[in-house]
Amino acid sequence: MLKQMEGSLAVAEAVALCRPEVVCAYPITPQTHIVEGVGALVKSGALENCEFINVESEFAALSVAIGASAAGARAYTATASQGLLYMAEAVYNAAGLGLPIVMTVGNRAIGAPINIWNDHTDAMALKDAGWIQLFAETNQEAVDLHIQAFRLAEELSCPVMVCVDGFILTHAHERVDIPTQDEVDAFLPPYEPVQVLDPAQPYSIGAMVGPDAFTEVRYLAHEKQLQALRLIPEIANVFKDVFGRSSGGLVHPYRTEDAETIVVALGSINGTIKDVVDQMRENGGAIGSLSICAFRPFPLDELRAALINAKRVVVVEKSLAPGLGGIAAPDVRMALREAPLPVYTVIAGLGGRPITMAALQEVFEVAGDDRLPDMQFLDLDYAAVEHELVRARQIRRSGPTAENILKHLGAPALASGE
Amino acid sequence: MSEDSALQRVKFYQTGTHTVGNRLMDEAARSVQASMDRSNAITSGHRACQGCGEALGARYALDAAMRATEGQLVAVNATGCLEVFTTPSPETSWQIPWLHSLFGNAPAVATGVAAAMRRKGRSDIKVVAQGGDGGTTDIGFGCLSGMFERNDDVLYICYDNEAYMNTGVQRSSATPPTARTATTPAVGTAPGNVFGTGKNLPLIAMAHNIPYVATASVADLHDLEDKVEKAMAIEGSRYIHIMVPCPLGWGSAPNATISLARLAVESGLFPLFEAEHGQVTRSHKIRRRVPVEDYLRPQRRFAHLFKKGHEDTESLAALQRMADANIERFNLMGERQTP
Repeated sequence: MLKQMEGSLAVAEAVALCRPEVVCAYPITPQTHIVEGVGALVKSGALENCEFINVESEFAALSVAIGASAAGARAYTATASQGLLYMAEAVYNAAGLGLPIVMTVGNRAIGAPINIWNDHTDAMALKDAGWIQLFAETNQEAVDLHIQAFRLAEELSCPVMVCVDGFILTHAHERVDIPTQDEVDAFLPPYEPVQVLDPAQPYSIGAMVGPDAFTEVRYLAHEKQLQALRLIPEIANVFKDVFGRSSGGLVHPYRTEDAETIVVALGSINGTIKDVVDQMRENGGAIGSLSICAFRPFPLDELRAALINAKRVVVVEKSLAPGLGGIAAPDVRMALREAPLPVYTVIAGLGGRPITMAALQEVFEVAGDDRLPDMQFLDLDYAAVEHELVRARQIRRSGPTAENILKHLGAPALASGE
Repeated sequence: MSEDSALQRVKFYQTGTHTVGNRLMDEAARSVQASMDRSNAITSGHRACQGCGEALGARYALDAAMRATEGQLVAVNATGCLEVFTTPSPETSWQIPWLHSLFGNAPAVATGVAAAMRRKGRSDIKVVAQGGDGGTTDIGFGCLSGMFERNDDVLYICYDNEAYMNTGVQRSSATPPTARTATTPAVGTAPGNVFGTGKNLPLIAMAHNIPYVATASVADLHDLEDKVEKAMAIEGSRYIHIMVPCPLGWGSAPNATISLARLAVESGLFPLFEAEHGQVTRSHKIRRRVPVEDYLRPQRRFAHLFKKGHEDTESLAALQRMADANIERFNLMGERQTP
């Protein structure tokens, strides 16, 4: 059914349609509306047979989900930013135990300096925890990916993280098609665990494993991700049959066939990038783009196939590995390791910095002339940075960097930073 | 086991300090040792040290919980000695479904298991979460407080050996003043752990108004079993804090585990009591009060208090005052109550 609604509430409705049995809630911006939405559906009776548990931290939220999942219940939670890092130990643990928990991450920057706005630093920090990571491009895809995520998680017995850009998607009101309960029931069978805490068949789950078997256990975690590379497109195809629209899959190429420059990105920024691609195409530019929907497992073959005939690749990413550059870009380079084409990294949108079409078009044009450095920050205020560097060289007790930059930028920046 | 069974049920009474008292006990209250129908939550062959108080405490606690639930029991375990010595994979001592996740999240994991059982229509399956003092009073404290506050249907058992024994005897917030640990060495002007620190988790548990809190000791296994059985009959959050001497960490003889646990109780340093909804309902009366010195002297972690010619009388007096305060607070020398 078509509805005009906030992204978070659309995700909440999608999650409820998946009939989770245990949902753990802890508030953190910009994810909060999602668990509020699920909670309201439980409280009103719209979502039956579900324990909605208000916990005391994100660490507890995922830990409750771990216990529930190990006891055979379909478990869900949502978090963002600091919350994801606070539960980091449990994130690895859930994957290590092979528990098919589904978790939404409303992507947000990591402090300090504390910042509530969108980028991908949170999800990237946990990219190698053994979870499948799916990035939604639109709110419709966020809805659809959650429905696919439960099926994927349970078929593989592997947790799935659905990444939804904070504010840009979670707080955007737009049209989404919310499926019916019958459609979701037809697509998503009840959870049949491969291991369960049952007194009739008592297992010890989570026992210590030494050097004799640890490597093999870890290999199997890798193998599970490789299985996901096959399963993700299969599930997307089944989804299309049942729901009548394409969503999910590994990658979404856009006008890449004859493109000399291909822009690679994750999440909602792909909408803007596609608009820039269209605009540049109209002026004869040979440019296309590719959205990575599944970041873990990383679809090396699909990226290679889509990018290999280009002359250059520009990875626009909302995360930074200080001391290196991009976080997604090295993986893209891995897909093109034998190809001679350059892979440029553009760091953009950190902490909610708007990514404008004009700035993107400019950087893509510079890239088209192969004049782009290996790594570039989009819209970086070099003057402000230089001023602070000089200041810090001159004064030993130069004070906190973040405050100094804001002071230098003046009152308007201070006001908007509140 | 039925009376006409080919196997005769042999009832034992304990020998030793309180032989007479036990001999006078009703036969039904006497111990059954090596019974064929022992519930056997933890089988033998685990890797605990000789004289491990935790292994004993856990076995009796979980066996009692199994009996109380007719085997419909799931155990969740924090990281620590108990987890390590019972499950070097692929071997396991657990005869019940058992889950280990992390060091600091056992209460939350147990909440999840209980929630799932409720949703699966299996509320008959009960959940016990367990951890050592480090896992309970320190790193798992946030999750434990959350579990208490929500009154989740879980019995949490803390096996308190008063330090991080699994990592090699480091101080926890349950380590008593003056005790030597690897991080509170017995050197300097105030050797060992300092006074005025630490937390009393049974009292903190009571402050959450949960239906049941108790302390227990491996020196009195009947009392321990009774408390576990009682806890298993109550719905909501329950907490049992069991003192379990650790020969390795305490520097005590493996065969002194029971006697030290008893001396801790009889000195007043470890009061045995029960509380319901925040109110103490019963305390275990000390039969033969002993000075704290009797309890401290056999343990090498307190050896610096008893150096020849340099006895730390000040610390000993302070420790005695702690015991006296417990005796006063929990009425440990008062009239004996009938259970």
